[in-house]
Amino acid sequence: MNPKTDELDVTIDPENAERGGTSPPDARGFRPPAATAAPASTPGPAGNEVGRVELKDLSAFYGSNHAVRGIDVTFEPNRVTAIIGPSGCGKSTMVRCVNRMHEEIPGARSEGQILLDGIDLKGPRVDVVAVRRAVGMVFQKPNPFPTMSVYDNVAAGLKLTGAPRKTIEAKVEDALKGAGLWDEVSDRLDSPGMGLSGGQQQRLCIARALAVDPEVLLMDEPCSSLDPIATLRIEELISQLKERVTIAIVTHNMQQAARVADTTAFMLNGDLVEVASTDKIFTNPDDERTEQYVSGKFG
Amino acid sequence: MEAASTPANHPLLQGPPNLKRRRRVNRALEVVAWVSAVVAVAALFIVVASVFVKGVGALNLDFLTQGQVAFGPGGGIGNALVGTGIIVLLAAAMAIPIGVLVALYTSEFAKSRSASAIRYVLDILNGVPTIITGLFVVVLIVKPQGHQSGFAGAVGLAIVMLPLVARSTQEVLALVPSSVKEAGLALGVSRWRTIVSVIVPTAFGGILTASLVAVARAAGETAPLLLACSIFPTTTVTDPSQAMANIPIVIFQYSESPDPSKHTQAWAAALILILFVLLLSSIARVFSARVKKRLEGTR
Repeated sequence: MNPKTDELDVTIDPENAERGGTSPPDARGFRPPAATAAPASTPGPAGNEVGRVELKDLSAFYGSNHAVRGIDVTFEPNRVTAIIGPSGCGKSTMVRCVNRMHEEIPGARSEGQILLDGIDLKGPRVDVVAVRRAVGMVFQKPNPFPTMSVYDNVAAGLKLTGAPRKTIEAKVEDALKGAGLWDEVSDRLDSPGMGLSGGQQQRLCIARALAVDPEVLLMDEPCSSLDPIATLRIEELISQLKERVTIAIVTHNMQQAARVADTTAFMLNGDLVEVASTDKIFTNPDDERTEQYVSGKFG
Repeated sequence: MEAASTPANHPLLQGPPNLKRRRRVNRALEVVAWVSAVVAVAALFIVVASVFVKGVGALNLDFLTQGQVAFGPGGGIGNALVGTGIIVLLAAAMAIPIGVLVALYTSEFAKSRSASAIRYVLDILNGVPTIITGLFVVVLIVKPQGHQSGFAGAVGLAIVMLPLVARSTQEVLALVPSSVKEAGLALGVSRWRTIVSVIVPTAFGGILTASLVAVARAAGETAPLLLACSIFPTTTVTDPSQAMANIPIVIFQYSESPDPSKHTQAWAAALILILFVLLLSSIARVFSARVKKRLEGTR
């Protein structure tokens, strides 16, 4: 059904590649050995080739509404995958299946497999909490915790899951640096997170997600409520962060996909129409509908 | 001169039909609404002012600290203040935790059908005449125990408070944006931890407001106490298993007394009660304003 073309040229065996990555060994900073050991997360060292997400024949439903129709796609480690498509095509639903946030909605369910480094995230031995520690998420609107300071927002994921106190401070600093926010907030870590600007709040949310050392970061239209300059900052950040996590970004904005993504997937009415390198999608797509969409003929 | 250039039948100059009548109706409605508002404010003002004028004469330190004197002038309501304090605290200790948990259950865990059923039940409970609540307490506690008690009164007041706390807490929890809850869940924080550490703190001011309003209501509630705790000694009782004096019943009894000095004391006791209620309502207002402001920031 899905004309899935142009298999990505990065085909790295996750098991062999675990030790011999390309990024510097301490790129992920303070990851303690097996601190987040959980069935779903395979804590490997230093941003290497862990964090491969494979969706196999994934379908998602809202009640009887079949919103995602059996799609196959892979989010490669150290790559940014953009998911584009018109409103209501199932992009957000698809990424929300990956961290199992989809099933939080009453009546919603999914079928098919979601593998993270070969482990089925919907398997019976995998706890949903462990999935969400391994797969972070950034939402459409910045949503810092309204009662918490900048520091506490970033520390929240660690504190609320009982991480040892000593490691938290270093991790918060590392996460804020990772999100490109440290220089702006290091002197006001105790002020409320809600007091930051919209763009800063969104980077705070990115820092909050990074602090628990996820392998994958899902971004659901992270810039849709931000001004162009704040958007640019986030886009720059995404390019840096792919050294650290696998990134899947849902976006309405095709220019954004073209700027940040290595791979682009085009969805339409719940189907995955085409997935290929971003260059190919925007210059020479195989499918006529992709061509029409990226050239602005519909959507 | 002007008429020459502007046609006299231009629609702008005609005005809508019945313009005069419509203006009159508008004006009349405005006046009626204004008068209604004045009546509402005046009712409160007249009650407070008359209680103040008639009661302030009997108000002094002895009145607040001394126990009751059965006949003639002198004595105070110290025993009733202690009694009301204990009964209301007991009632609050029962009603607030249960009310908050009910609200958390309906807004976070229950399916939408059972949630609306629970809301309906709470609304009915809120509408039950308090004299019937009193009868229920008589059957449940006073009869088996063989005598009235502060505890029985507290149970009666708790039943009055429960739907108030639960319903207003539900409303505050509904104001907490779902994005905040999603942020917690997506961070790999368990459901109950998200509720305890993120949702409840965000809504805390509102929960406090709901509790204060319920306490203010319970402090003046008379009917359940009439049946559950109205035959009490004139001395201070601190053991809630015994009947203990309380302000509403003292006001009731003194106002029926043939002794005019007791009438003045009834007004003074009423003044104390009304000041307490006004104070609690004002504090509640401050908190609710604060929580509204915070929650609006997240939208």
